[in-house]
Amino acid sequence: MIQQGNDLMTQRQMTKLDRHTPPQFNGVENIKLIHPESSKLKNGCKIFTFNSGSQDLVRIEWIFQNSRFEPKKPLLNVAVNTMLTDGTSKLTAAQIADKIDFYGAFLQVDYSYDYSQVTLFTLTKHLQATLPVVKDILTDSIFPEKELETYMRNQQQKLQVSLQKNDFVARREFNKALYGETIYGLAAQPEDFQSLKREDLLANFKQMYQPGNCNIIIAGKADPQILEAVTTTFEGAWGEVTTVADTTQPDLQPSAERFIYIEKVDALQSAIRIGTPFINRTHPDFPGMQVLNTVLGGYFGSRLMTNIREDKGYTYGIGSGMQSFKQTGSFFIASEVGANVCKAAVSEIEKEVTLLKTDLIPNEELSLVRNFMLGSLLGSLENVMSHADKFKNLYFAGLDYDYYERYTQTVKNITAEELKALANKYFDFDNFYKVIVGKY
Amino acid sequence: MVKFNRFTLDNGLRVIVHEDNTTPMAVLNILYDVGARDENPEQTGFAHLFEHLMFGGSVNIPNYDGPLQRVGGENNAFTSNDITNYYITLPSANLETAFWLESDRMLSLAFSKKSLEVQRNVVIEEFKQRYLNQPYGDVWLKLRPMVYKKHPYRWATIGKTIKHIEDAKIEDVKAFFKKHYNPQNAIMVVGGDVKTEDVKAMAEKWFGPIPAGDKYIRNLPQEPAQKEERRETVTAKVPLNDVYIAFQMEGRLDESYYAVELMSDILSRGNSSRLYRSLVKDKPLFSEVHAYITGSLDTGMFVLEGKPLEGVSIEQAEQALWQEIEKLKTEDVPADELTKVKNKTESTLVFSEMSLLDKAMNLAFYELMGDAADFNQESEKFLAVTAQQIKDQANIIFRKENSSTLIYLAQGVEASEPELTEIEN
Repeated sequence: MIQQGNDLMTQRQMTKLDRHTPPQFNGVENIKLIHPESSKLKNGCKIFTFNSGSQDLVRIEWIFQNSRFEPKKPLLNVAVNTMLTDGTSKLTAAQIADKIDFYGAFLQVDYSYDYSQVTLFTLTKHLQATLPVVKDILTDSIFPEKELETYMRNQQQKLQVSLQKNDFVARREFNKALYGETIYGLAAQPEDFQSLKREDLLANFKQMYQPGNCNIIIAGKADPQILEAVTTTFEGAWGEVTTVADTTQPDLQPSAERFIYIEKVDALQSAIRIGTPFINRTHPDFPGMQVLNTVLGGYFGSRLMTNIREDKGYTYGIGSGMQSFKQTGSFFIASEVGANVCKAAVSEIEKEVTLLKTDLIPNEELSLVRNFMLGSLLGSLENVMSHADKFKNLYFAGLDYDYYERYTQTVKNITAEELKALANKYFDFDNFYKVIVGKY
Repeated sequence: MVKFNRFTLDNGLRVIVHEDNTTPMAVLNILYDVGARDENPEQTGFAHLFEHLMFGGSVNIPNYDGPLQRVGGENNAFTSNDITNYYITLPSANLETAFWLESDRMLSLAFSKKSLEVQRNVVIEEFKQRYLNQPYGDVWLKLRPMVYKKHPYRWATIGKTIKHIEDAKIEDVKAFFKKHYNPQNAIMVVGGDVKTEDVKAMAEKWFGPIPAGDKYIRNLPQEPAQKEERRETVTAKVPLNDVYIAFQMEGRLDESYYAVELMSDILSRGNSSRLYRSLVKDKPLFSEVHAYITGSLDTGMFVLEGKPLEGVSIEQAEQALWQEIEKLKTEDVPADELTKVKNKTESTLVFSEMSLLDKAMNLAFYELMGDAADFNQESEKFLAVTAQQIKDQANIIFRKENSSTLIYLAQGVEASEPELTEIEN
């Protein structure tokens, strides 16, 4: 308990408090990123270790590039990933779950367009008990027939529910229009689950989950014993495979039709998704576009939010974003708006996009966005795991730490003229894909 | 272990400081002791609408968000049936900006008519987006009034109906502010790269001059114990049937809370949990099934929920859920299983210490419940739970006459034809 000081009270009474003028503030100067220690196993698997933090815990990720997408088997990659916890020749799904849960650990599988991964969160004192489970599932998953049936049945039901959500449908239609029958564009239908075959899963697993296609990222209180445990576990039992995983992907096939409207007569709200295939993180214009995107729809005070939510009240939320993939990227604006104001909302969106091409962003606004973005970068480095996440952004895009130096320099120095030029170079609203699900 | 210092200003504002120099950031979290339970039954949804209005400018500062974003900060807020919580994260060098902004809106709002008009619309769109235009989105609007007959928990935070939000007047907003938004009803936590002495000076400077206001004395009708089984069936344009069984349980402050939370973990936490193991995997009756508690400060809810597989009747589904909870009433939870859920709880608490904001919110909430220091005792309380206590709680809670069953019947829709699958509202 701290006693109240009388001297402070006196000070307060001496000068009248100015509540109108903001307090002095400081810019964000130094953003220090933790770099990993890297090592490589004899079998080709790479390890990156981030050792920091005071809690006795660690997060370990095993990240694999996805194997080549087959449009006839759109669910194969995701099914293999999701079912990694469903059984090995030594452990049943139940035994895997028991073991992980008993030690208070968390074992997650995650699938994204470019990568599939397994993540273990564990207290360091339980690493020796939980690590062998991960080794087992990565080297010896068997996708039992009974588990596959359960998976198909349940995922099919979940997809049926998701397909009732306008924003979910809008996202699928948008991706299909931008990318066609590729890993980025083709979304499965409920009946596709029926075509999953155990032997396809096994073949895909063998081909893709090999050490040469694996990056291990360790973050947490990762002292040398941790790295040693990971090394020992994954070097011995995980042999080199002579065939290389085929991680090339088919070419993108954007649709010729740019307006997609799925009517739902009783909809109270319409989901809107507007955008275009786009440059990704490897492009020199990317950091500048991140500034432009922030102005448009990348934060709570953005132009889209200010106009369409805070002035018009058409929506609970609207935003824009950029996604960076291995093969491509996207720029998009997304919202769910009152069905009766959908047309008005689209026309306001167009207005805001056009304004960036015709008018310079005022200094006041631009300096706010600069500070916001730097503060946000600093705030995104909350703990050692966030530092590892920053590294993943770079590493998988084939970039190095210079990227963040360029990013911060761009945020600090890009001019309103340069941003206007970027808007003119990249934003062509008439050519954007426009998806509406609901009423228009 | 989350260390903190604590002091109270003359006007009654409680302040907690958590120094954590592993981050260059600071958080300022203010919890107001007001939630949807404090609303007039004819003006529901007001606490949450008011939260939106807190961003519509204060007496000396016309725009709340701009000045904060300008110094690299971000903010948000949430409202529950019990509390309203506002938080800011920003580079610690700019902490004073957070004090400036938060103190001015505690002093007084601008009460702009335009802001009220716009936020009414925004909240109405939120109502639609989250509750009406989603499959099963209205379940809480239906389930709450079944479980609660007297207590204001009978309406959801968003409100009973859109009408209540449409009808909100600026006078109501002013009265609500006066009643609830004063230093005596607030708990502030400042955490991160900060020094207690600096926080104290800034707290005195910015919050010290705010008048204490009147203390709000809460006097809510408590929910009488349920004495009869309740049941409702609704038909909706959803793709699958859905079964909800809700039970009344003691509030968050009751000593039984820890046993009950572990009991919900035994049923439904992780892939080794009982409901998942037996009803999704071993004897597949459901595509998904969950058990959870609301953690409310007054009488809470223990909820079982599951979507039966095609071809499984509602009766079969209900019966299977009851079989699982009957087991908890008659058999002791095996030692290994109890250790498992305790280990999980313990590691979750350690992981939560990785997040500065989580720590700040937790300290504020535990202070509201009585003492921020109790946050550090949580692990111990969970570890002390015995199998007998869980069995006792199962017998107290899982009784037919303490249950409210809500059945969603799917009105056959074809999921692969999105054009034909409107949701009924």
